[in-house]
Formats: sequence, C-alpha cells, structure tokens
Amino acid sequence: MKLFIRSATCISPQHTFGEGPYLKDVVIYDQPRLPVIEPDYKPFIDPKQSRRMSRVIRMGIAAAKEALQQANITLPDAIVTGTAYGCVEDSGNFLTRLIEMEEEMLSPTAFIQSTHNTVAAQIALAIKCHAYNNTFVHKSFSFESALMDAAMLLAEGEAKEVLTGGVDEITDINYAIFNRFNIFKKGDFKNTDLYNSNTSGTIAGEGAAFFVLGKEPAANDLARLDAFRTIYKPIDIKQDILKFLDEAGCPLKEVDLVLTGRNGDPRTDAPYDLLSSGLFANLPVANYKHLCGEYPVASSFALWLAAQIVSQGQVFPALAIQANVSPKRILIANNYQDKYWSLMLLSQC
Amino acid sequence: MTSKVYIAGLGVISAIGNNVPSCLDSLKKEQAGIGDIERLATRHRGEIPVAEVKLTNEQLAEKTGLPANITRTALLSAVAAKEAIDDAGMGVMDGFRVGFISANTVGGMDKTEQFFEDFLKDEQSGELSDVVNHACGNVTEVVAEHLGIRDYVTTISTACSSSANAIFYGARLIKNGFLDIVVAGGVDSMTRFTLNGFNTLMILDREFCKPFDENRKGLNLGEGAGYVVLVSEKVKQQLKKEPYAVLSGYNNSNDAYHQTASSPEGTGPFLAMKGALKMADLQPEDIGYINLHGTGTPNNDVSEGTAISRVFGEQVPPMSSTKSYTGHTLGASGGIEAVFAVLALQHGLIFPNLRFVTPMKELPFVPESHLKETPGLNHVLSNSFGFGGNCSSLIFSKVS
Repeated sequence: MKLFIRSATCISPQHTFGEGPYLKDVVIYDQPRLPVIEPDYKPFIDPKQSRRMSRVIRMGIAAAKEALQQANITLPDAIVTGTAYGCVEDSGNFLTRLIEMEEEMLSPTAFIQSTHNTVAAQIALAIKCHAYNNTFVHKSFSFESALMDAAMLLAEGEAKEVLTGGVDEITDINYAIFNRFNIFKKGDFKNTDLYNSNTSGTIAGEGAAFFVLGKEPAANDLARLDAFRTIYKPIDIKQDILKFLDEAGCPLKEVDLVLTGRNGDPRTDAPYDLLSSGLFANLPVANYKHLCGEYPVASSFALWLAAQIVSQGQVFPALAIQANVSPKRILIANNYQDKYWSLMLLSQC
Repeated sequence: MTSKVYIAGLGVISAIGNNVPSCLDSLKKEQAGIGDIERLATRHRGEIPVAEVKLTNEQLAEKTGLPANITRTALLSAVAAKEAIDDAGMGVMDGFRVGFISANTVGGMDKTEQFFEDFLKDEQSGELSDVVNHACGNVTEVVAEHLGIRDYVTTISTACSSSANAIFYGARLIKNGFLDIVVAGGVDSMTRFTLNGFNTLMILDREFCKPFDENRKGLNLGEGAGYVVLVSEKVKQQLKKEPYAVLSGYNNSNDAYHQTASSPEGTGPFLAMKGALKMADLQPEDIGYINLHGTGTPNNDVSEGTAISRVFGEQVPPMSSTKSYTGHTLGASGGIEAVFAVLALQHGLIFPNLRFVTPMKELPFVPESHLKETPGLNHVLSNSFGFGGNCSSLIFSKVS
C-alpha cells in the first residue's frame, strides 16, 4: 500500500515551518525540555479564537492548514490525527480548577476543548469539512494508527486525498509528573549533547506534523511512503526490519540513509547500538531527536524530515552526519522504551 | 473488499446489568439503571442522578483478576471484552490474527483525580501508580495484555462517537486483510472530570433524562463498556454457532458546525445515516429500528430528529434511546448500543424509550414507549454523535 506524500508541514522546536531554509543550524536549548517555535498564527487562525486555544490546538490547525495549502487542496476527503495526550493543557486546567474550586463555579471552556478529537474537529470546523474525521490516541503508535486509517481509506477508494497528522504538547504539569518517573534528564542539559551523555533519561519534545497523502502519484509529490509497520515488544528487531524491507521489495543495500529515534537514554538506546554496529554497519545512520525531543508522535517529525530530505536530495546540516550520497531511500526506525517500534520506508518520487 | 464482517460475540456492562443476559432482562422489564450517586466521591451526590455500574472496583477486580487499584476504566473494559470473547466461542482465536480496538474519552481519569488532590499541594506527592495509566491508550493496553491480544491494538477517541468508530475501524482492518478477528468497542468510567464538565455546560438533567420528549432537560451521565467480536468470512466458517449479525453499513461524517453544539438541521447526523445506508445498499424503509444517540439534551434530540426526518421522510421506523436506561456512557455508548442493536435484531425486539410523555413540537414522530416484539426485524441502525461534530452511524443486519 504505497502512499504519495503531496505535502508535509511541521511545527517543532527547530526552524521547520514557514519560509525556509529549514534546519540550517540546530536551535540549542539548555534545558531537557524543547518547546515548539510557535509561528505567527494570524494567517491560519482568527486572533480572537487563537487566544482561547491551547498550543496543541493552535499548532495542529496551523500545520494542517499549511499542509492543505501546499498540496493545493481546499477540502480533503478525510482528516485523521494521532495524539497520545490530546489536549492535555486544557484537561490539566479543568482538573486543577475542579479540585481547587471544590467542584463549584467552573467555566466550561477548558472542558469543551479537552477532548482528544479537538484538533481534528477544529480543523474540520475551520475549513467546513464534513468528511470522515477520526482521532487515534494510542501511546507511541498514535500517529502510525492514523497512517493506517489513511492508507485503508485510500485503498478502499473512500478517499483520494487524506489529511493526516501527529500532534502532542508537553505542559508544566505533564513535565513535572514525567520527571517523577525519571523519563527526562535532570538539571541543565543541551540538546546537542544528547548522543554523548551517559546519564539516564531523554529530553522532552512536542510538535505538530501534517501530511496530505494521496493514492495515485501527482506532479509535485514530495515523496512516496512505500511501507510502514508497528511492532509491539519485538523479540528480534533485526529480523523484523529485514522482513519489513523484504516485503517492501527493498534490499538493505538500496537504503541510502537510516533515521533512528535514538533519544539519549542508554536504557533504551541499546537496540540502536546493536543495529548500528550490525545490520546498519555499512549504511549512513542519522538521529533526529536532538532536534524535536522525545514525544509520542515523534515519528511524524521523522516522516516530515525524511520527506524533506528525499525531495531536496540532500541531508540537512543540522543532522550532523557525513552522507556522501543524496538519499533516495530512507528507512526510519523509531522506538520508545524498546516497546513500541515503528518502521517506515520512504522513497524519492 | 467485498467480504462481509460478522458479529460473533457480545459483551456489555452498564448500570442495567453486569453482562449481556442481565442487560437484556432490564431492557425487557423497562428497568432503568439511573439513580443517586453511590460510588463517585463528589459534592454533587444527591443533586445529580447518574447511571453507575453496580459493582465496586474490588468486585470488578475479583471478576477480572486485575488489581483493584487499577483504573475503573480498565476494569469495566476487561469485564465486557472478556464476555464478548467467551461468547464468540472458546478457542476461536487460536491461529488467527487478532486485534483489540478500544475507545474511551478520559482514560484513567478516575485515578488521576485522586492523584491531583495531593499533587496540587506538592508536586512531589501523589501516588505515581495512580497516574501511570492516565492516558487513553494505557487503558487499552492493560486490557489487551490481560486478554492476550497482541497482533494489532489501538485506541480511538472521538468523544461520544468513539466506540462506534472503533467498531468500524475494526471491521475495515478485517476487510482490508490485516486481521481475522477484532474485539472492538469502548469504555468509560464515571469521573468528577466529566460530571463537572457536563454540569458546567448545563446539560445534566436533575431528574431522570427524557430523550426525545418536549420537556427534556438534558442527559444523565453513565458508565460502562460494550464490545463486539468481529470476524471474517473465513473465521465464521469455523465458529461453533451462527453469528448474530453482519455489520452491513457504517459512516463517519463531521457536522463542522460548532465544537460542542449540533447543527439545527442535523448535517452531520444526516450524512452519517445516509452514508451508512448507501454502504449497506439499503433504502430508508429497510431499517426496522433506530437505536438513537438520543442523549436527552434539547440540542442533540432536535438535531438528530431533524436529520431522521430528512433521511426517512414520513415513513420513520420505530426508534428509541436506550440512554433512558444506561445514561450517556460517552466513549462506551457506541459499543453498548451496538450490543443492544444486535440484541434487538437477534430477539426481534424494539426496546422502549423510557419516560416518554410529550411529543417534541419540532418532530412529526415519537419514540417507542413500550417493549415491542417485531419478529421481522432485519436491519437496525445505531447512531453515535459527539463533541467536535463527530457523527457516526452503524447498521447491523440479519445474516442472510
């Protein structure tokens, strides 16, 4: 089931949205928490509405509208999003007030915007789109589930073009709670040091990446998504990757670049070490989470990145690797906690 | 892509019963499960009626084998999903690719509320085990592990249409050849978060709700879980019993009108019902019963009713909202009502819309007030609509 990527947009902690060039330098953060660089939302959202929206809604709408515009599409045939935490700022606000006010004198605004489908719904509302609208909220497979839905809609002939995206935000409350689970690094930490630190934990990230996906090739496609697969708690990830490539009809030697989801936590980077010295020993391997941080739909950032690389035929300086070729085929291998593996194979059109 | 998807198993837990037979019994006896708040620790106790499942977390834990301190959402889900699998027939899952597609709207919020009481006083306090399953996906994962389902597991959250979408996403995974068996549906447990949320919107009836009645004042919040076991043609051949129904039509459309309100002309509901009929290749007159979304809010019922008029014209089929029994179970409602729709088909019954008295002035039709036997029931439509304009309709048909 090949998918043609008509357009790809991304709001992230790096320069990835609006006018390029993208990712010329790495935006450096000195805390283990990378917030998105919010664009000027005026072209996308009425300022009055924008003020009432949480960041996850704003960045989702902006990335989605820009993706539609770049694909030159007014109304997609479906809108499908993936978000593990949904509108966590609004739900945190409502819950906090509920407890502080002892269930009295509450305002409905935060509750109204707290449902996980708010981003997809607000996109539909903004463009008056009555088509299929769905939201997946399954941890680190949220975006992959949205991709699966999009792929089936295209295969079924229910849609010609699907707007699909991954979006998640990190809030003060979430960050404080995750820190108690020792998920992130402690104290000052530079994202550029992510791959040479031996301390446990990773860096928190967030972002919104949206794609217009089509069934048939079109003139200005950015890239082709040849295959994607999720593997829950793999027993032998090396064999799973070989099987994935084999079924996609792509011998390992045809892969020009591997993007791995290494996140700087030695506890879960070990499988990447094994792959880098084994299966991928003769391939250029780049990492991307020093750019976007770790978050449940980080694979949507990787897909945006890979689509940009194959369409431009060059590797961004911010990836800091020596790749002699202009990559035509990219394998994305993302894992979270060695439990949720996501593989994607992307080709130049 | 032309292959059929069958309903081979049913599982449900709600305020009117802890399993399918007890829910069916309550439906027939016209016994609602709504009452004073007994379990939820809230200041609204005695003021707002709700439809709670009558078992404590300890009783649910004993029933499932899961720990009692886990979120009630997972406990409810595990009970209904297990019943559905058992109902489909023992050993039926062996050698097949099996999926679990579950929906919910607030995940482990019941436990997070407890955690927040302490956390807000001091960020270093609060039991971490109370937030570990906060996210919607965690609830699904806990239950999938409990059921031993690994091939494909995901979670959908589209507000009150969530589990209708989970059911037909599961059917599509079978039709597209990815899976053979899918346990699909949804769950939500009663939380202060949702109770207060709907209360701020001023759409909670202080009395028992009256869906599709001129004097309706709002909804009663409920909790529960409902799942169906969907199987492919190939699996159906190997079942020890005949499947209950075919999932013959489904559609998801968006109202694109307002974040929480439904359009007065019922655009989303109209498109969802029309789309499901088209897919099932049925005419409106083929539908023998509509299990309404029917929340009992002034806005929903007029929007849904108007859409029904537009789809069915003057020949509207019998209809009722079983939320008059179970309350509005949010992310579980599509799953619970799918089970009820299949029961209606299986037993040739139209369940009544309790407490209906006065026809709505906007509508030329009324819901069924009493249990009605309809042996010739062949196609049942089930509606589920939610915040964000998410509207989904499912059609269940007799196996021909």
